[in-house]
Amino acid sequence: MSATPAALTPPTTRRLPTPLRWLQHHWPTIALIAITTLFMAPFFWVLSHSLESTSEWEHSGVTIWPAHTTLANYQEIIRLGFLRNVLASLAVASITTTITLLFSSLAGYAIARLPIRGRGLILGFVILAGFFPVMAMMGPMYLMFRNTGLLNTWWGVSIADLIYTLPLSTWLLASLLAQLPAEIEEAAMVDGCNRITALWRVIIPVAAPAITTAAIFSFILAWSDFAFSLSFLETPTRYTAPRAILFLGTSKFLTDYNLIDATVIITALPIFAIVLLAQRKIVTGLTAGAVK
Amino acid sequence: MQSAGVRRSVRARRALRWRPGERLGYAMVAPVLLALLAITAYPLVVNLLDSFRSYNLLYPTAGNPYLGLRNYRNVFNGVGLDTTLGTALEHTIIYAAISVAVEITLGLAIALLLDRPIRGRGIARTMILLPWAVPTVVAAIVWKTLLDQQTGGVDYILGNLGLGHPAWTGASTLAAWTAILIADCWQTVPFVAIILLAGLQGIPRDLYEAAAVDGASRLQVFRGITLPMLRPALLVVLVFRTLSAFLIFDIIYAMTQGGPGTATETVAFQDFGAIITNLDFGLGGAISVVMVIVALLIAWLYRLTLKPTT
Repeated sequence: MSATPAALTPPTTRRLPTPLRWLQHHWPTIALIAITTLFMAPFFWVLSHSLESTSEWEHSGVTIWPAHTTLANYQEIIRLGFLRNVLASLAVASITTTITLLFSSLAGYAIARLPIRGRGLILGFVILAGFFPVMAMMGPMYLMFRNTGLLNTWWGVSIADLIYTLPLSTWLLASLLAQLPAEIEEAAMVDGCNRITALWRVIIPVAAPAITTAAIFSFILAWSDFAFSLSFLETPTRYTAPRAILFLGTSKFLTDYNLIDATVIITALPIFAIVLLAQRKIVTGLTAGAVK
Repeated sequence: MQSAGVRRSVRARRALRWRPGERLGYAMVAPVLLALLAITAYPLVVNLLDSFRSYNLLYPTAGNPYLGLRNYRNVFNGVGLDTTLGTALEHTIIYAAISVAVEITLGLAIALLLDRPIRGRGIARTMILLPWAVPTVVAAIVWKTLLDQQTGGVDYILGNLGLGHPAWTGASTLAAWTAILIADCWQTVPFVAIILLAGLQGIPRDLYEAAAVDGASRLQVFRGITLPMLRPALLVVLVFRTLSAFLIFDIIYAMTQGGPGTATETVAFQDFGAIITNLDFGLGGAISVVMVIVALLIAWLYRLTLKPTT
């Protein structure tokens, strides 16, 4: 591109020295690479040091990449039972996502496509509920869970996590389902379906991408929770992964960052997989729902 | 006369009659509404009531006598807290203002860059999303290790550049807040950039072409077309970011624990200490109520100031 013949360049363009001209053409690419590197560098650092033995940095000081990579840190955190905490996170996020999808696809469908009065009021309440600070519900929820035996259980945290997921997911599904053409159900009902079978056989398959988007967001939000896990879980073996990292960081290893780095990588991996597989859906959901 | 009355009552009855599918509709909305009533509306009301009472689980024999506004007086005087609620509010509001300004500036810059037809921008967008998707408390831990005075990557780079070895979270108030801001930006700037990018991509291209025909300068185009057209997206980002910056908790808990001293104590951090650490639902309830009021005030202020001027 930069090899444009002089006759074709507009006369107003000042002739710059070659390296500067190159920069003038390519600065957006350079800036983009720089920014991406800056955002990815912390992951690289954590990954590199999760593969380094603690004795190595004690001997040779801080390095960018360890001379001898080892999986010893991963073996050690598995020995310390960290996989149980990953399992806890998986359980909590799965319970929350399942309940969220069940509830919000029903509500989203009704708000978007059924002739109910007061739909604006209903949707307004659902959205408003998502705006209140969770800390303001913490005390009464603590008591509620204590009285119902849900304190210190994954179920308690999963139910609390619904505060994050239900408003977003209901809103997302209501607005995405409203975009489907009205004739779908009518056609299905002419063919002998009632509303429920029309929903099950026709709408759900057509709405599958929207439901997947809601599922991804619910899972990420529940996986990210820290405040509820911190408030409602008491037994370390039941801690979710983010909570467990912090617990291990302040008790067992104190400043043994190599072990912490390994726990960070394991906790981030499922989320990385989701983002890489479904980044288009995430962007759609973000720009439609804009939460977190 | 009579017929008009009959007609009216017929109309009234028709309005009350269920439309086809309406009963089913309410039944389908019910689970979400009941769940949200149980886990948000009900706890909020109970919290409001508790804030006027003595309610400490650590002293269950004291009962729950009505205290009037004493919990509110106590939180503003710092009784039973590390610092007064006023100080925590001040920290939080200043931090929210600064962090939102920084995040929106950086996010807008990245969005403008990603809006250009650069090869590889799709990959860049995906990679930038990764920090956003990581749990906030994990992001805080990542930056805590990066900023560590002996072993951290930032310290390694600063040391090699001959810029010394700052202590960050343990040292001065400013260094601790800077560390918090860096971790916060790493997570939220991608979010801001993605939303604003969607806003930028929604601007009709012929507006730019018309401006180019009219010979507008880049600055004129930015101020005359880009910014006004970006207003809805900017509003969304402003409201979401200000509210969640005001409620910052995870990063504070993981990075500074409110320190050094009480320099980085925010309202949510203080509230958590009162409710969960001390199990004092009366005192904590009062902080929560103030927090809810400020959050509503922020939302209302934005609504007021950023109403589209047409």
